[in-house]
Amino acid sequence: MIEIRDISKSYGSSVVVDNVTAALPKGGITSIIGPNGAGKSTLLSMIARLMPMDRGTVLVDGLDIARTSGDVLAKRLSILRQDNHMTARLTVRDLVAFGRYPYNKGRPTPQDQDHINQALAYLGLEEFAERFLDELSGGQRQRAFVAMVLCQDTDYMLFDEPLNNLDIRHAVSMMKLLRNAARDFGKTVVVVLHDVNFASCYSDHIIVMRDGKLFLQGKPREIIRPETLEDIYGCPFEVHDLGGDLISVYYG
Amino acid sequence: MKFFLPALLITVAMAAISLFVGVSEVSLLAIVSGQADEKMLMVLAASRLPRTLALILAGAGMAVAGTIMQMLSRNRFVEPSTAGTVESASLGMLAVLLLAPGLPVMLKMLVASAFALAGTGLFLAILRKVPLRSPVLVPLIGLMLGGVINACTTFFAYRYDLMQAMGAWTSGDFSTVLRGRYEVLWVACALTVAAYIAADRFTVAGMGEDFSTNLGLNYGRVVALGLVIVSMVTASVVVTAGILPFIGLIVPNLVSMIMGDRLRHTLPWIALTGAALVLVCDIVGRVVNAPYEIPVGSVLGIVGSIFFLNMLLRRRFRAA
Repeated sequence: MIEIRDISKSYGSSVVVDNVTAALPKGGITSIIGPNGAGKSTLLSMIARLMPMDRGTVLVDGLDIARTSGDVLAKRLSILRQDNHMTARLTVRDLVAFGRYPYNKGRPTPQDQDHINQALAYLGLEEFAERFLDELSGGQRQRAFVAMVLCQDTDYMLFDEPLNNLDIRHAVSMMKLLRNAARDFGKTVVVVLHDVNFASCYSDHIIVMRDGKLFLQGKPREIIRPETLEDIYGCPFEVHDLGGDLISVYYG
Repeated sequence: MKFFLPALLITVAMAAISLFVGVSEVSLLAIVSGQADEKMLMVLAASRLPRTLALILAGAGMAVAGTIMQMLSRNRFVEPSTAGTVESASLGMLAVLLLAPGLPVMLKMLVASAFALAGTGLFLAILRKVPLRSPVLVPLIGLMLGGVINACTTFFAYRYDLMQAMGAWTSGDFSTVLRGRYEVLWVACALTVAAYIAADRFTVAGMGEDFSTNLGLNYGRVVALGLVIVSMVTASVVVTAGILPFIGLIVPNLVSMIMGDRLRHTLPWIALTGAALVLVCDIVGRVVNAPYEIPVGSVLGIVGSIFFLNMLLRRRFRAA
């Protein structure tokens, strides 16, 4: 379980994350949704210790992230942020192999090779494995980064808008992949999503941020309601039950 | 890796040529057949061998230092001479010359390293504070910083009538390298080996701070280690031979284009190519205008600026 206690972050006078307390349950997919500038990405970055918080604590399975050494946490929690420009020119296989870095410090074992090959296969990247990242399309590159995170094999996997750059087919397969990772391997996936319908169909738990505050949290059925969504996003919503999935329509 | 041995042999061959090119006659045949006179052996041991070793160590060291700088600054255009490192080391040399001219060369090098460390640290701090839209602006900032530091150096050198002495050591020139005056470069060699040992950390650092943190690497510590290596390598080269521009730019980019940036794999190539490039440029400088010499720094300046311009005009790097 990830426990978030009273965390805040501000830049100058603007408060980006305002005194958020929440518990992200172990297992399954937890989505973080909310309008632009609600503090979703900042919250995720602070949970993953990429950004210092002004106040508060985050505990991952009881470990205080501010006091636990980086390489211990790197075996429990991984994060993929949105824009992943990198200077180092690596092949897909090299990149994915670095997912094992927390375990092998750069000296891969045969088991590491198995992990690498599995991750490549899981994302259908075998044919691109020896290509350089700067020779791939945005979507292929995004999948390579996700493969690296899978290869890191942590209990908690955090993704900031992983569907960016992906077309519909790849977006769906990415969400299926995350769900399978949660179901088959008992991983806990925390994901910032823009698309309410993906959040509705794939999440076990939804956290809603608005104006830097935790606005709501609960099961999809408790959140995906016209009046709630209108409150969150400030525009009219309809919600339809289509074969058990709650689909919201907001195109006006 | 299968091409590494041939490449190594080519470099060794160039080193051999470097041993036998010069005003004084030193012939391989005479040495092998035992007919070499005392003077010939003396030239070889006291001048040619130190010069060749210095070229190899300096070339390999500067190429590796350039690679590390590019990973730390996350910019393909950065190397010690476009980041204020070289100019800071020169200022340090001037300070030594003014305040404690009798210092042994090892201590001179340490003072120059301290200056280089401060200057490069300042450069990286500026980069963190000022978000830049275009990657091309990063070396411009470095060149400007270098220019400011250089202006300070020139001011004091002018005031204390040291312009000529300064000119002598800032133009990269190995003609004055003799036995007893290059050994500080073995420090650069040791640091190059240290860089290889830490190669994976520098690759991860080149993936960015977030990736490094995610993989459990202490980014600040890697940056500090890299800065120390870059500063000391640069300082030891500046102290012995002067400024070798562009090696840290040409070689890492060339190797990266062909093999990528997994440094565990590419650093040996980078070191070898750096050594070979400096050897060739030095041989050219000695041959084209014999019996006079063109400093290797000037030859590198010509080769490097052409490469630099070409890089600026390439689309891939503009996007990078």
